[in-house]
Amino acid sequence: MAEMTATLRKTALNATHRAHKAKMVDFGGWDMPVEYSGLVAEHMAVRTGVGLFDVSHMGDIQFRGPGSLAAVQRLCMNDASKLAVGQAHYSAMLYPDGSFVDDVVVHKLSENDYLIVINAGTREKDVQWVRKTVGHMPSIHISDYSDMYTQLAIQGPKAQATLQKLTDTDLNGIKNYWFRWGKVCDLYNVMIARTGYTGEDGFEIYIPSDETTSGRVWGEVLAAGAEFGILPCGLGARNTLRLEAAMALYGHEISETTNVLEAGLGRYAKLDKGVEFVGREALVAIEAAGGPKRKLVGLEMIERGIGRDGYPVCALSGEKIGVITSGSPAPFLKKNIALAYVPVQYAGVDELVAVEIRGQLVKARVVATPFYKRAKKTA
Amino acid sequence: MAYPANYKYTKQHEWISVEGTTGTVGITDYAQSSLGDIVFVELPKLGDVLDAGKIFGSVESVKAVSDLYSPASGTVTAINEELKDAPERVNADANATWMLKLELKDATELDALLSAADYETFVSEETGH
Repeated sequence: MAEMTATLRKTALNATHRAHKAKMVDFGGWDMPVEYSGLVAEHMAVRTGVGLFDVSHMGDIQFRGPGSLAAVQRLCMNDASKLAVGQAHYSAMLYPDGSFVDDVVVHKLSENDYLIVINAGTREKDVQWVRKTVGHMPSIHISDYSDMYTQLAIQGPKAQATLQKLTDTDLNGIKNYWFRWGKVCDLYNVMIARTGYTGEDGFEIYIPSDETTSGRVWGEVLAAGAEFGILPCGLGARNTLRLEAAMALYGHEISETTNVLEAGLGRYAKLDKGVEFVGREALVAIEAAGGPKRKLVGLEMIERGIGRDGYPVCALSGEKIGVITSGSPAPFLKKNIALAYVPVQYAGVDELVAVEIRGQLVKARVVATPFYKRAKKTA
Repeated sequence: MAYPANYKYTKQHEWISVEGTTGTVGITDYAQSSLGDIVFVELPKLGDVLDAGKIFGSVESVKAVSDLYSPASGTVTAINEELKDAPERVNADANATWMLKLELKDATELDALLSAADYETFVSEETGH
């Protein structure tokens, strides 16, 4: 245990998590909190109030210089030329066969200046891929700023009310997937983005990654959210929240062996953006051949049982037809749900299938995703 | 974490308490804490014959599923039906929330199990703190 801990990476908030008795796990080489008070309580806090997550393990790569847009356009499938300064969008870096290097969020900081936020477990691979793929392109400066930021996610219907107490920036003026710089907890020029990975309204803020500042801001956010019942949340709740919202997780729904079209993320792949991005040709060929042979679908268990990651999906006859990529009880929906790859002929809503749970076939139904969608804000 | 001294423990984190020839089985405080929010307990049927050290059911939390191992051999004489609708009781009080009762086949099997003190040592060695 001792030597194992030594090799795990830690965020600047590691001591804070341990001091608050978080249950820690090895997540992709990082020593991260999986839960604080309890996964279900944390999940419900985010759906009904507000929760705070340390997501500093996420990586950040910045592209600057006159060639930066061309590099981002070559690397990522979405059309970054459509971004305004202060706007972000979901995108992905692909291999030539249309499978995933990683999914990313691209932020346009200013003209010729882009920040892409990448996953923790793929950091080294992503940075190498970026340098190999666009490092030779002209007039571009690529910086790995992954260790420079403590990234905090404040999520839930009370996220805005919580964060507004700590900043003079008008958060009402930040639309979904936009960001601004403002003073937060007496820190100048903090990037405040209306983004998240919970299916809920919320913000992600990027502050300096020293322990003192990180711990202070963490504490101030918790104090500001106390009146709304804020809970510090771990990766366990982060996973069930994103699963209810049917958001993909690298290594599960999307990976080196799944492509954009079967993952149902084709709407983010701008084939006509006028740039031959890596993977485009493969996606065009798959579409020309009639589309993908399998699709990612939502499943809801209709018999008693919980389909989990890696469990086989079968036709009712018992024939194996696919696999669950993520499955769990859904704490807010109070159903057992899963995302799974199945052949297209089984992918229609209301199709009945079975999940093999430790040798037993348990019935499930294909349902529309997302499983959970937050109510539209009423003015 | 509390481990009653009058219970015996397995290394798979079950407890058993014995009265006469009846053994009552549950999971330990450490087990419920590691699993987190328990949502499902799968138990055998009345009359099923269990073997010591063999899987007899499973307990599922939101994040994981864990097999249950019988601390002793015997015939199932009672099932805690409350757990069907309220599995979270195991989280609330693992020591008081039994899962099943067994008519023990051979009470001497229990000598192979851990005492509360030994179990506590085992857990601290396993978790490193």
